[in-house]
Amino acid sequence: MNKYISKQSLTNFLAKIKEDGKRIFAPVAKGSKTDFEWIESVNEISLEHIQTTQSAKSITFPRTEKLFSYKKTEGDITLQDYTPNQLETVVFGIHPCDAAGFRPLGSIFNWDTPDKHYNERKKQTILISVSCTQCDEYCFCTSVNGSPGNTEGSDILLTPIKEGYLAEIITDRGKELTDQYGNLFEPAPEIDKEEYLAKVPVHFNVNEITEKLSGLFNNEELWKKQSERCLGCGACAFVCPTCACFDIQENDKGNSGERLRCWDSCGFSLFTLHTSGHNPRSTQSQRWRQRLMHKFSYMPDRLSVVGCTGCGRCSRACPVDMNICEQLTTI
Amino acid sequence: MNNIAEKAKALFDRNEIDIFIGYEKGTRSPRPSFASNAEETNRLIFDETCSGNLAVYLTRKDLVGGKKVGIAASYHALINIAQLFKENQLKEENLYIFNIAGKQLASVEEIRQYLSETPFPSNPGVIELYNKIEAMSREERWKFWSDELSKCFKCYACRSACPMCYCTQCIVEVNRPQWIQPWASPLNNMEWQINRVMHMSGRCSGCGACSAVCPVGIPIHLLTHKVWAASMEHFGGEVTDKGSTLSTFKPDDKESFIL
Repeated sequence: MNKYISKQSLTNFLAKIKEDGKRIFAPVAKGSKTDFEWIESVNEISLEHIQTTQSAKSITFPRTEKLFSYKKTEGDITLQDYTPNQLETVVFGIHPCDAAGFRPLGSIFNWDTPDKHYNERKKQTILISVSCTQCDEYCFCTSVNGSPGNTEGSDILLTPIKEGYLAEIITDRGKELTDQYGNLFEPAPEIDKEEYLAKVPVHFNVNEITEKLSGLFNNEELWKKQSERCLGCGACAFVCPTCACFDIQENDKGNSGERLRCWDSCGFSLFTLHTSGHNPRSTQSQRWRQRLMHKFSYMPDRLSVVGCTGCGRCSRACPVDMNICEQLTTI
Repeated sequence: MNNIAEKAKALFDRNEIDIFIGYEKGTRSPRPSFASNAEETNRLIFDETCSGNLAVYLTRKDLVGGKKVGIAASYHALINIAQLFKENQLKEENLYIFNIAGKQLASVEEIRQYLSETPFPSNPGVIELYNKIEAMSREERWKFWSDELSKCFKCYACRSACPMCYCTQCIVEVNRPQWIQPWASPLNNMEWQINRVMHMSGRCSGCGACSAVCPVGIPIHLLTHKVWAASMEHFGGEVTDKGSTLSTFKPDDKESFIL
């Protein structure tokens, strides 16, 4: 169902949502960077950016989160389960590539055993996305089954048109929210949405890449050449909307403590280091191979979803310009 | 023009090197590039737009281990190279070093001489921000760094991009005992940065790579600058000529800065 909302009404819509008790996570500009923050006032929101530094994945997969806590008493130990009690949250102003990112992310966290923490958080989250009217040379959503106006994953998708927004209400949750503040919305005008969207060039066919990769695991020369300049930091993984690698840590306080899950990266040498000292991915080239293979071969094979939404953040964040789109097209 | 591509090619033609570490055109600005034969030198460039400190690759054994290496070295990279020699990480006979003018610097002495004759590339932005933070009250400064460092998600790009961070096992990865809690949180992030900059005392070249690569834009180079300034003030002069501030102890060392 499509509607129209003016800029002023959108501001009111968000202010009402906040007033009525939901939290809003939205892009805020600081210096040359824009990133998601919990906002106090709607005026803080900025939509001028092409891409925020980080994705909004922390809403469902925080960089550090408690899984359970424990207490030791003489001869006994008690475990206290932890369920995230997240307030209803509206993520506003994410781009379609980020909204789409929750599908691969959710597939990983529900692959085998459904992950309670991820799912509880996702259940409390409403995504109001904004289509892209501009892009840069790092964007490649159109090469990975996406587009600047893709509705996948969003509850509501807003596309900037003239003085306001075309509002596509995609899910029941989106409908519930817009119905609640129905007087702020108007009938949708007859327009061609495509005309208002950024033109993101298609760089490759992702199915062909998946096919090609399936035979390249043992091509050591290729991976060595590709990864030569990679410094092995975790910047790409941490800004990625779909990277889900985590580490389990213990916040031990003697007789009590907490078990934590925190972000990790397959690019780190420590990630696969065994207690024995053996490391199955002992070189950066093996770790780079894993990054590409996981997103473009293993995930399509096992979870029927590409592990990349073409947001381009990894390429922008990379200290040495490991441009992923370029790397894929030159395989 | 330094004709870096031709110079690298000549080294390959004479069979003197196995790999040349330089720069090539990148997506927005030049990026590190590695030539492993004469043909691959075509794409090499080296000019003022080439940022990123290539000295970081000289200690990467999987890349250069046992090889004869040519390198295009910026002013800051040369400071790092001189320091790496001092720390016994490099061998003179395996290295062919070219400065931005295209001149080959054949020994540590030649590097030092070039550095002493060439003005330190000034960065007014760094000094301005540094002075601004120095002028803050202790409370303001605490708030500034608490806010900035709470953004850190511990990707360790700062460590990866630094030529002086070449330990095979970093202090943050030691877990028996665990000195620093490895997950991201404001206090842990601060501990990590304090450790990082203390290890840089008297060793940092001031290249700024640590903050240039920080994906969330924390100005952590100001911390290393602060430690550098403290080193200069308390131990003075050519820091690279004396022992490392962190590892050299003399009974008459001043301790006034500790408290």
